[in-house]
This record gives sequence, C-alpha cells and structure tokens, in this order.
Amino acid sequence: MTLATDVDVWREDPTGAAASTEPLALSASAGFAWGVTRRSSRAIGDAVTGDPGAPSDDWVYRLSHAGPDRDAAIAALHALLLRAARFEVNRRGAVFPNLHGADLDDLACQSADDAMMSILRRLADFRGESRFTTWACKFALVEAGAKVRRHAWRGREIPLTAESLSADADNAPLPDAHAEAQMLLIAVREEVKQHLTARQRAVFVAVALNDVPIDVVADRLNTTRGAVYKTLHDARRKLRVALNARGLAIEGERA
Amino acid sequence: MIQDTPDQSGRLERLVGPADQELSCEECFDFLDAYVELEVTGTAPSADARSPKMRAHLEGCSACRDDHDSLLAFVRSGRTDPG
Repeated sequence: MTLATDVDVWREDPTGAAASTEPLALSASAGFAWGVTRRSSRAIGDAVTGDPGAPSDDWVYRLSHAGPDRDAAIAALHALLLRAARFEVNRRGAVFPNLHGADLDDLACQSADDAMMSILRRLADFRGESRFTTWACKFALVEAGAKVRRHAWRGREIPLTAESLSADADNAPLPDAHAEAQMLLIAVREEVKQHLTARQRAVFVAVALNDVPIDVVADRLNTTRGAVYKTLHDARRKLRVALNARGLAIEGERA
Repeated sequence: MIQDTPDQSGRLERLVGPADQELSCEECFDFLDAYVELEVTGTAPSADARSPKMRAHLEGCSACRDDHDSLLAFVRSGRTDPG
C-alpha cells in the first residue's frame, strides 16, 4: 500500500469531514472529535515539553485540517516515519542474517505506511505528553520491529504444543552443561506440566523457554500480543508460587 | 536437592518474570514515548515513580523492551527532527 493510497483512504472518511476546512473528526471510534485550536494545543505541548518552540501543536493542527498544508505535513511526517522504520529494520536486521537489503527496505516502507495509517486514525489519542515526533516515531519503530520479527520467523516451526516441552526444553537457552542448571530445568519442566493449562504451557514454552518473539506467537495463535503476554504473565505467576514451594527462592521475593 | 545460587535465582527470575505488578502491553505502548523522553532528559526516576508498573513490564516483556530500546536509541540519535 502506498502513501498516496493511505491518504486517499483517509480522505474518504465516511463522516465527510475531510472535505471541510474545519477540524476533522479523526477518532469517531473513541467518541471524541478534534476541536483543538492552535492556542489550546500549544498550551498543552508547552506545558509538557517545556520547550516554547515545540511544534507538536503545529503537527496536530496541520494534520487535522484539510488543505495543502495538511498534504505537506503528511509528506513530511511520512519521511520521518520512513527514517525511523529504516533505523529499526537495520538495527533488527543485523540479528537476522537471513534478511537481505531489499527485504529490509520493503519492510521499512510497509512499516512507515502502516504507521501513518495508525497515526492518522489515532491522532486524537495524542495527549502532548511527549513531542509529537517522538509519539509518531513510536508507531513506525514498533511496526518495523514486529514486521522484522515476523519476517525472520516466517516458515520456522514454533514449539507451541505440550509435547514439544521435553524435546525443546533440552535445547532451550536456559540450561548449560552445568548439572545444577539441568536440575533446575527439570524442576521448571515438572512444574510447567503440573500447574499450567495447555495454552499457558504453549506460550511459556515458546516465549520463555525458546525465546520466540511474542508477536510471532500471537500470530500463530491468532490473537494479540497483549493477550499472549497476559497468558505468559498468568503462567509465570503460577510457576513462581510452585517453584517457591520447592524452596527455589526468586529474587525480589527473598525478603 | 537443587542448590539455590544467585546465578540460578537470576535464571529463575528471567523465566518467571517480575514479581511486581505490571502494565499491559497496550498500556506500555501508550506510555512509551513519554517515558522515553523522561529518560532522555535524565528524569527516568520520575518516570518510574510515575509508573513503577512500566519498569516491571519492560523487565518482563522482551518485545516491549525491544520497542523501548529502539525508541530510546532513535530519540537519542537526534533523528526525530524532521528534515
């Protein structure tokens, strides 16, 4: 999807607000229509950043009002998002040698486009708690990071089943040749099998024992990253209790 | 019997994650930009004081920690300025 397409999609907002020179209603789903003015948004930005020259208000104003100024703002923002996305894919690409230059740049472009869509959709969510550019770049970096991880894991088998626990745990990054470490793993493995549900076990084996990225696991389980982390959190809580009961003290709970 | 050594305790902690209450991934995303700017300006303790659950989540969620590290590095590089 190209930037031009993204912009067109946005302009075809069924509210029809995009054709107006009035502030655009960008977040109907949030039940909040933009009514911000230059004065009010500048006050918000200044109060938070402490920088009188902070242009956050200008970004929001330009992006939320139809006209050539908005087109220029969108173009400038897209250039910034692309820079952030390239920064991230190059950073992550070094970790995944199977990714090549063309793949990485394609991922960066897709990430910038997707980030632009998200930003325009969520413009009303910007509360001025950071500079607008930091807030916006967050979307591009997170998009790019997730895309690189998904691309790098494409076609790779992910241990998600209970049956994979024994075989994969033997190769997990936790243990080394040390006998005590092996015993520790055995204890963890026993508690995993005894106390976790099938889904908690799958998530824990993949994420905690085998370092599979959480968003990759979310894709395979057809759910969200947040839902997977909630499952992992619940699994960890059960294991923490069980391992403590075995006398395996965990830092932070020694007191 | 398994001997409980500091090294093993560290391994266990990585496996079972932080004991403290955490933000969700969605809440972490929402707060990430403000948190990073507070870190960059040297007021990270203020950030942690404002939301101790944020630090706990970053310790427990490697994906959000990656996102945090990337945004922090990008902001520190000065590349967030358009142009």
